Amino acid sequence: MVEHRPLSDIIAYTILTLGIFIVAFPVYLALIASTHDAATVVGGNMPLTPGGHTLDNYYRAIFVGGARAIREPVGQMLMNSFISAIGIAIGKIFISILSAYAVVYFRFPFRKTAFWIIFVTLMLPVEVRIYPTYKVIADLHMLDTYAGLILPLIASATGTLLFRQFFMTIPEELLEASRIDGAGPFRFFWDTLLPLSVTTIAALFVIQFIYGWNQYLWPLLITTQDSMQTIVTGIKKMLYTTDELAEWQLAMATAILAMLPPVAVVVFMQRLFVRGLVETEK
Amino acid sequence: MEKSVVFNNRLLPYLLLVPQLIITFVFFYWPASQAVWQSFLREDAFGLHSEFVGLENYQSLFADPSYYKSMLTTVIFSSLVAALSLSIALLFATQADKNLKAAGGYKTLMIWPYAVAPAVAGVLWIFMFHPTLGTLARPLRWMNFDWNPLLNGNHAMALVVMAAVWKQISYNFLFFLAGLQSIPKSVLEAGAIDGAGPMRRFWTITFPLLSPTTFFLLVVNVVYVFFDTFGIIDAVTGGGPAGATTTMVYKVFADGRLGGDLGGSAAQSVILMVIVIALTAIQFKYVERKVQY
Repeated sequence: MVEHRPLSDIIAYTILTLGIFIVAFPVYLALIASTHDAATVVGGNMPLTPGGHTLDNYYRAIFVGGARAIREPVGQMLMNSFISAIGIAIGKIFISILSAYAVVYFRFPFRKTAFWIIFVTLMLPVEVRIYPTYKVIADLHMLDTYAGLILPLIASATGTLLFRQFFMTIPEELLEASRIDGAGPFRFFWDTLLPLSVTTIAALFVIQFIYGWNQYLWPLLITTQDSMQTIVTGIKKMLYTTDELAEWQLAMATAILAMLPPVAVVVFMQRLFVRGLVETEK
Repeated sequence: MEKSVVFNNRLLPYLLLVPQLIITFVFFYWPASQAVWQSFLREDAFGLHSEFVGLENYQSLFADPSYYKSMLTTVIFSSLVAALSLSIALLFATQADKNLKAAGGYKTLMIWPYAVAPAVAGVLWIFMFHPTLGTLARPLRWMNFDWNPLLNGNHAMALVVMAAVWKQISYNFLFFLAGLQSIPKSVLEAGAIDGAGPMRRFWTITFPLLSPTTFFLLVVNVVYVFFDTFGIIDAVTGGGPAGATTTMVYKVFADGRLGGDLGGSAAQSVILMVIVIALTAIQFKYVERKVQY
C-alpha cells in the first residue's frame, strides 16, 4: 500500500478475522453438534464445547444408520458420491480432451458446426431441462444406476473450451518437430500433448470432482432406492422425518463427512483449483 | 487464432468427436427439444394421452398469480444474495489486499466454503437458526423476537439468503482479490501524491478499475442464485412456508413433480432457458470485449 498506518492494519486484521469467523462458525457448530448425544442437541441449550459422543455418533452414522430417520448408513452414500464424482470428472476430461484435439489439430468439413453444437451446451444447466432428461434416463433404463447419475452431467462444453484454449497456446513448432520425427496423430497426442496438459487436466479434475460431489437436484430425481443416493441428497432426508424427531447429531456428523472430501480437495489443490476456476469461467 | 499446421486425416477427427457429440445429443439436445415440444402439449393426469394446445400452457402460466409470485421471489432473492455477497466479499478482499504478507493464509481460510455443497450449507444454517434447537435462535428469543423460519415467510427468506450469501462470498472474494492485485500500485501512488486519502482513492481509482470484475461476478452470481441455490432452498425451506421461498427454478421442480403438470412445468423450463441464454449472451459479449483490452 501507499502509506503505512498502524490503524489501517488493525482495521484490516479485525475485519478479516471477523470474516473468517463468519465463514467458519456454521461448520464449527456442526462439528460440536456431532460430538454430543441426541438429548443435548435437541434440548436447545447445546454448549459450544465438544461433548463425549464423537466416536459413537460417527460410528453410527457411517456403519449403522439412524434408529428411525436414516435407513441407509452413510458409508454407502459416501461410496456413491465418490463413484459419481470421480466418474463425472474422468468422463468429462476424457470426452472433452478428445473433442478439443479434433477441433484444434484437424481441418475437416463441419468443424465449426461441431464446435458450435458443443459450445451451445454452456448456456443451459441441467436444472432447466430436468424432467425431459429424467424421461430420457428412464427410457434408457438408467434410473438408479451410476451411468444415470454421471452421463447427463458431463454433457457440457466447459472442459472442451478449457482444453481448446490451452491447445491454442502450444507453439506450432512442437507439432512440426513431431511430424519431422515421423509422429502420427496418436503419437503426437500421447507423447507430446498429454504430458503438456497435465496441469490443465488436474485443474479440471478438481473442479469437476467438486461439481459432481455437490450435485443435489439430479441425484434426488433419478435415485429412487436409498442404496443409490449420494450423501448430499441423503442428508436432507435425515432432517425431515415423519415423526419430527430428527437425529440432528447424526445429521451434523453426516454434514461434516459430506464436506470433508471436496473441502480437502480445494485446500490441498488450491493453486490448481484457482487456475482452473479462472480459466473456465472467464 | 487458428493453427496453420494440422493433421490431414479424414476419419479420425470425427471419431474423436463422437463420444462428446453422442452424449451432447442424447442428454442435452434431445431433452431440451422435448422440453420445448412438451410446453405446447397438454397431458392428462396419467400421461396416457396428450394433445397439442399451442400456447395455452404459456397463457395459463401468465394468468397464474403464483407464477408472478415466484418471479418476484426470484428477483428479491437474487438481488439480495448478489448485493450482499458482492459487497461483503469486496470488503474482505480490500482488507486482504492491504496485508500482502498474510494474504495467502487468509485466502485459504476464506475460499473453502466454495467446496461445500449448497444443500449441506442449507443444513448448517437451518441447524443454527432452527426455532427450537438453533444456537443462534436462542439470543433472538431472549430479545423477545418471535423468530420462526418454519412458519414466517420473511424469516425463511432471510435464512435462505444468509446461507446462499455465506456460500458465495468465497468465490467473489477470490475474483475480487485477483482483480485488486492486478491494479498497478503506481496509479494508487499517483493518487496519494495528489492528496487523495484511502477512501477517496478507493472510490475514484480502485472501484472503477474493478468494474469489469464486478460486472463479470454480477452475471455469474445471478446464474448461481438461479440454479445452484436449489439445494439450499430445498434443504432449508422446501419452497415454503406458503411458497414464500419458491423461486422460478424451484417451481419447475415442484410443479412437475408434485403437481404432475408436465406441460406447465415444461413451459416454465422454456422461459428459464430464454432468461439463461440472455444472461449468457451478455456475459459473452462482455468477455469478448474484455479480451480486446
